[in-house]
Amino acid sequence: MSARVPFPEQIAAAPEVAERFGDLHPPLDRQAAVPEANRCLYCFDAPCTNACPTHIDVPRFIKKIASGNLSGSARTILDANILGASCSRACPVEVLCEGACVMHRYNKQPIQIARLQRFAMDALHESGAPLPFEPGAETGLSAALVGAGPASLACAAELRRRGIRADLYDARPLPGGLNTYGVAEYKLPLVESLREIEMLAQLGVDFHFETRIDAAGLAELEQKHDAVFLGIGLGAIHQLGVAGEGLPGVTNALDLIAGYKSGSLTTVPNRVVVVGAGNTAIDAAIAAVRLGATDVYIVYRRGPEQMSAFTFEYEHAKNEGVKFFWHVQPTGIRGSKAAEGIELTRLESTDDGSIVPQEGSEFVLEADLIILSIGQATHSGFLSNSSSKSGKIQVERGRIVIDRATGQTSNPKFFAGGDCTNGGREVVDAVADGKRSGVGIAAWLEAQHVAV
Amino acid sequence: MSPFKPTLETTFCGIPCLNPFWLASAPPTNCGEQIMRAFDAGWGGAVWKTIGEPITNVSSRYSSIDWEGRRMMGFNNIELISDRPIEVNLQEIAEVKRRYPKHVVIASLMVESKRETWHEIVQRAEDAGADGLELNFGCPHGMSERGMGSAVGQVPEYCEQITGWVKEKARTPVIVKLTPNISDIRIPARAAKRGGADALSAINTINSITGIDLDTFQPNPNVDGKSSHGGYCGPAVKPIALNMVQQIQADAGSVLPLSGIGGIGGWRDAAEFILLGCSTVQVCTAAMHYGYRIVEDMQDGLLNWMAEKGFTTLEDFRGLSLPNVREWKQLNLNYQIVARIHEDLCIGCQLCYTACWDGAHQCIHLDRTSPVPDTTRTPAMVEVEAARKVSTTPIPKLDVGGAKMISTLTPLERIPRVDEHHCVGCNLCSLVCPVENCITMERIDKDIEAESWEERVAKGMVSAGAREVMSTNT
Repeated sequence: MSARVPFPEQIAAAPEVAERFGDLHPPLDRQAAVPEANRCLYCFDAPCTNACPTHIDVPRFIKKIASGNLSGSARTILDANILGASCSRACPVEVLCEGACVMHRYNKQPIQIARLQRFAMDALHESGAPLPFEPGAETGLSAALVGAGPASLACAAELRRRGIRADLYDARPLPGGLNTYGVAEYKLPLVESLREIEMLAQLGVDFHFETRIDAAGLAELEQKHDAVFLGIGLGAIHQLGVAGEGLPGVTNALDLIAGYKSGSLTTVPNRVVVVGAGNTAIDAAIAAVRLGATDVYIVYRRGPEQMSAFTFEYEHAKNEGVKFFWHVQPTGIRGSKAAEGIELTRLESTDDGSIVPQEGSEFVLEADLIILSIGQATHSGFLSNSSSKSGKIQVERGRIVIDRATGQTSNPKFFAGGDCTNGGREVVDAVADGKRSGVGIAAWLEAQHVAV
Repeated sequence: MSPFKPTLETTFCGIPCLNPFWLASAPPTNCGEQIMRAFDAGWGGAVWKTIGEPITNVSSRYSSIDWEGRRMMGFNNIELISDRPIEVNLQEIAEVKRRYPKHVVIASLMVESKRETWHEIVQRAEDAGADGLELNFGCPHGMSERGMGSAVGQVPEYCEQITGWVKEKARTPVIVKLTPNISDIRIPARAAKRGGADALSAINTINSITGIDLDTFQPNPNVDGKSSHGGYCGPAVKPIALNMVQQIQADAGSVLPLSGIGGIGGWRDAAEFILLGCSTVQVCTAAMHYGYRIVEDMQDGLLNWMAEKGFTTLEDFRGLSLPNVREWKQLNLNYQIVARIHEDLCIGCQLCYTACWDGAHQCIHLDRTSPVPDTTRTPAMVEVEAARKVSTTPIPKLDVGGAKMISTLTPLERIPRVDEHHCVGCNLCSLVCPVENCITMERIDKDIEAESWEERVAKGMVSAGAREVMSTNT
């Protein structure tokens, strides 16, 4: 490996951002972690492990914290989830491991699995120990991985542990995809994502940054490599399709989040409107509050029951002072040189259950910054243009179709995972997909070689 | 209003006691100032920290073992007897008795094994006003190397002889404190009784090494890199103490009024010792851990329990459990219980399942959702199936009815099933189950007459080779 500047040293959030986006869940210290670990019942075939997409053996890593075997604990986590530190901070554990904890049925608080996991991972990082895995003996085989987000990283780790070369291609200057650029800083600081990936890089992963892969590029990768993994995520955030959308002062949630995380954006104007009520919209709205906005509204065309944000995210936003406008539809953006407000129309339900604009209910909500967060488009279109020798990659509604157990697409040489296959879920889902694909690629290649 | 007005007042071999709670001879009874504060807190008596020729102690002196986050599950000390001059201790005994005439002060004594030395200390302690004497034949560290403490308690002849010397002189009751560091507590107990002891106290601390530091490889407590075997006590030793208390109380050659010691920290512990025949109890570790104030709930809790049970005095329940401790051969072989899992309480941790498979008799199964009972599915098979499952984060917009992981209902497939035909009624599952009353042991033998091993042997139902070949009951 050529000498390069470690990823965490290449970029950092601005100091004022770092200060305003302190840990949402502060770390546990040893004195708190051990008694908490001792609360764990050590369930057999534990529901928390089953709920975790990467099947981290939760009771096992927790018991290792209790026994004082912190390196073993971290290894248990990483063995199942190579982004164990990131996931300990970014996962919506309320609906995953901690949501599944049997303690709920015991009239008790669930075990604080996420904080314990972070405790074990922080201890590993603080110890300065290397990644507790070795790359496998080189097989001479290689795979190209398109995208360097959680899915590809997890896939790459599995490949490297099996002696298969992993070349990752990403359009961004740094690895991690949304894990680095898209998770609210108070959950997962950008530098923590990079620190974890830096560790993973010890397995001998080859990164090719600022490289966008198109149909021709994909054909080239297919030729050069024994398998290709597609971890391309989703594309741009949808547009509203209303007048004024191109004005300065109109942005989207992912750009806002990436901007403040990477240091290019440190402040927002006073009045901010976020369009959409998903988890990303919540992240953007809270970010706007912390970046100095005084009035932050989330506007959504349905009610709180229909929003796609998790309940705990909704509660968090309310606690941060975000206000909600329900049942309104944006119909235009006001402003001459820059956005000055958003035109909204109230919506009402009809007897047949559809929602229609309420006549004469139009109003303008003044805003200096309008952040769109109404879902991401897919960008799998180039796959249908690729002229693969070995067959077509099946795509349905923009999502790449895979065998869930192996990640294999309809073209056997191509595997895929993460948001581009599941429509946009969590980091941990992408890691799980990537892990299964890594194992799937290795198994498929082995079968090919036995056949040859 | 309760019809019962229970009292904790009692007598111990003639000594009237306000309550049965005494502080054991140990650091909490080192001086008069401490003991008077203890009496103010509610302790009925105190056994003075052992008086003898002043010694020099080491630093450090204590160590302990913690258990899953709880401190001092077991405690260990290498402190010797009082390091204060005999006359200071005796003056303070006189002062305490003058100020607290109704409280019991027992002088714990340990001197070299000479008749006249014992006569002298007995005389001086009684002249100071002690209500009784406790002979420390149990201290297992340091003093034993000098021929005192457990070095006496471990040799029945010494135990009997020294007790006899003390009895030649004593006017107050003589309590012999026994060491558990012997193979059969009844041997020194009988010796003390033969020597004329009025009462016994048991147990003293158990020889121990509490642990080794994994960085320095030095044992605890650390004295300049070295340690020495110490005396183990605290909650961990209570079952051992109860066993020895029962052995003494069930043995005609040993039985005397008994002050129970060993892991007592609350009224429940005290009640158990009294149920096995003790008249008073002595406490040390719990008071060292939490202070004298613990006695308040010991009194309050015991009184409330007595009222609930209809006991007016300690004598009403003292020794009630003794007839229930029998030899194994007298236990009913036809008593049959099986485990029953109460599905409405089960939280699905499956600890009973893994415990039964690995630690018991493989009769708990995860087959409630199988079409037919499946006793062939092993834990390894369950784990392999679980690893193959694909789980995803439930996202409201992507999953209808998703994001509702938290359920107060345990899924049926997670509730283990007991194969009652193979359950041996060992209790293990009910012991590991974290939920109270979730697994109960139900009796199924109702129509079968009781029968013990002893009875089977007597009826000639047991082949010669399987019978007792040598009496183990000395």
